[in-house]
Amino acid sequence: MSTTQSTGYAIRDSATMLRRNLLHIRRYPSLSIMLVAQPILFLLLFVYVFGGTMGAGLPGQETIGDRGDYLVFIVPGILIMTVASVALGTAIATATDMTTGIIARFRTMDIARVSVLTGHVLGAVIKTGFAVVIVTAFSFLLGFRSDAGPLEWLGAIGLLVLIAFALTWLTVGMGLAADSVETASNTPMFLVLLPFISSGFVPTDAMPAGLRQFAEHQPFTPMINTLRDLVTGAPTDSDLWLAIGWCVLISVLGYLWSRRLFLRVPAK
Amino acid sequence: MTHDNAAIEVVGLTKSYGDHSVLDGVDLTVPEGTVYALLGPNGAGKTTIVNILSTLLTADEGELRVAGFDVRREPGGVRAAIGVTGQFSAIDELLTGRENLRLMADLAHLDRATATAAVTGMLERFDLADAADRGAQTYSGGMKRRLDLAMTLITRPRLIFLDEPTTGLDPRSRRELWAIVREQVADGVTVLLTTQYLDEADHLADRIGVLDGGRLVAEGTAAELKRRVPGGHVSVQFTDADGLAAAAAAHPDASADLDALTLQLPSDGSVADLRRVLDGLDDDRVDGLTVETADLDDVFLALTGHPAAEQSARTDLEVPA
Repeated sequence: MSTTQSTGYAIRDSATMLRRNLLHIRRYPSLSIMLVAQPILFLLLFVYVFGGTMGAGLPGQETIGDRGDYLVFIVPGILIMTVASVALGTAIATATDMTTGIIARFRTMDIARVSVLTGHVLGAVIKTGFAVVIVTAFSFLLGFRSDAGPLEWLGAIGLLVLIAFALTWLTVGMGLAADSVETASNTPMFLVLLPFISSGFVPTDAMPAGLRQFAEHQPFTPMINTLRDLVTGAPTDSDLWLAIGWCVLISVLGYLWSRRLFLRVPAK
Repeated sequence: MTHDNAAIEVVGLTKSYGDHSVLDGVDLTVPEGTVYALLGPNGAGKTTIVNILSTLLTADEGELRVAGFDVRREPGGVRAAIGVTGQFSAIDELLTGRENLRLMADLAHLDRATATAAVTGMLERFDLADAADRGAQTYSGGMKRRLDLAMTLITRPRLIFLDEPTTGLDPRSRRELWAIVREQVADGVTVLLTTQYLDEADHLADRIGVLDGGRLVAEGTAAELKRRVPGGHVSVQFTDADGLAAAAAAHPDASADLDALTLQLPSDGSVADLRRVLDGLDDDRVDGLTVETADLDDVFLALTGHPAAEQSARTDLEVPA
């Protein structure tokens, strides 16, 4: 039995593949810019078109809410949408990458094979970091203010990284499972739409029964609730553990699914 | 040649997709430090053999050893020993030439100083230094192929698979690539090459295996194979099927194509031989004829009794009727 280098070099190979993905992002920034522009457009739309009316309907305010209150309410949902948007780009990038000849070359080399995928995931997490910083800065520009201290912000960043990690493993799998780049750009769309049916844009209490049940129990809701607590400086509750649990579950399933798809012998 | 160790040992290799058999019991031995060419038309199974031996595909049956490792049980060992340059460019077009080479050096786990030196060396040697920092998608076909091969060689493989390495290359790029292959062999590297071109196998290979429909139908040195192939043939185009039938009856050694109304007659291309062929033909029923030198098709005709499924390009002399 030969001992191969593959397992021992998993970290080094992943770092090499990460460098490859960062070079791709740096050289072709247009896709990344588009993916950041989308949540910013939603932010502008919601705050300036709907914000006045929606703010007035927010519960739990001492006075009747306004546009500014609504901005504070939706920032966590917009941040989650940013993460989902970048993850969608990763599905496209992975599917595109699989059509190139260099993937076959990687398969004939004695490297940690899954590093091809970890490179995509780590690159996407870094890209998400940039996107989240830009969208957050934009929110402050629109008048978002927060009582959160450094510890809360650190917690928010940590949670967003965890969510990015989870969603990216899922979209890498979608990119691998897609039979074309077009399919890969469609299947993860639900991730961008799902935050609308959550606590992200209106309180779930305002929804009709069936929809409310779905919204209260879908994974994005505890993530958004926890994020909202963190960025507004409120104490977190049991949703924190629910959010972390969902992230771990999605990461593990996404990783195992992606790994299986990538390691399976190519059909032709 | 005296080589004790085999770089590749294949016994009874089979592979099929459903009912369609791609490889039907291939036996193959390639001694270390030699060049072996698999010659055959598209669909003969050449690429499938390369893909199986380079661990991209799994075989259905067969004992396969590459660089001393069992392909099925020790794929990691095989991968550490081999380099593959396929038919389709395996470069990262979004990266520059230098970045592509660096990527390979890093994946081969070379240390920083060695990797930098190897990248610079490869860029010089493959005449890519001027284009080193340009995106690879701007490269010409020949440059891409050179970069592809440089990426294969920078990992210092002991055994190289070249799957139709010169398909689509201009004659100059093709000769450059042949020179690089010869250099590698001089360094003791083993090469398994697939090609549709007899002259390529002739120029590079110590031994040639002729692959047809998933079976090795002949094997030997270029000289041995050529002795089994007639010098060439004359292809006669008829105006109607009766004319073709009459001529085919008169020449039992010829092969007739009823759809194309042509008859292929073995010929060495000499004037005397042409006169012999032409004398027996009815002027009114002949549309035209071509004199063709020995090519892959002749090898196939001679060795398998049927033409290659996909014909290679020819440089022939047209003779109007």
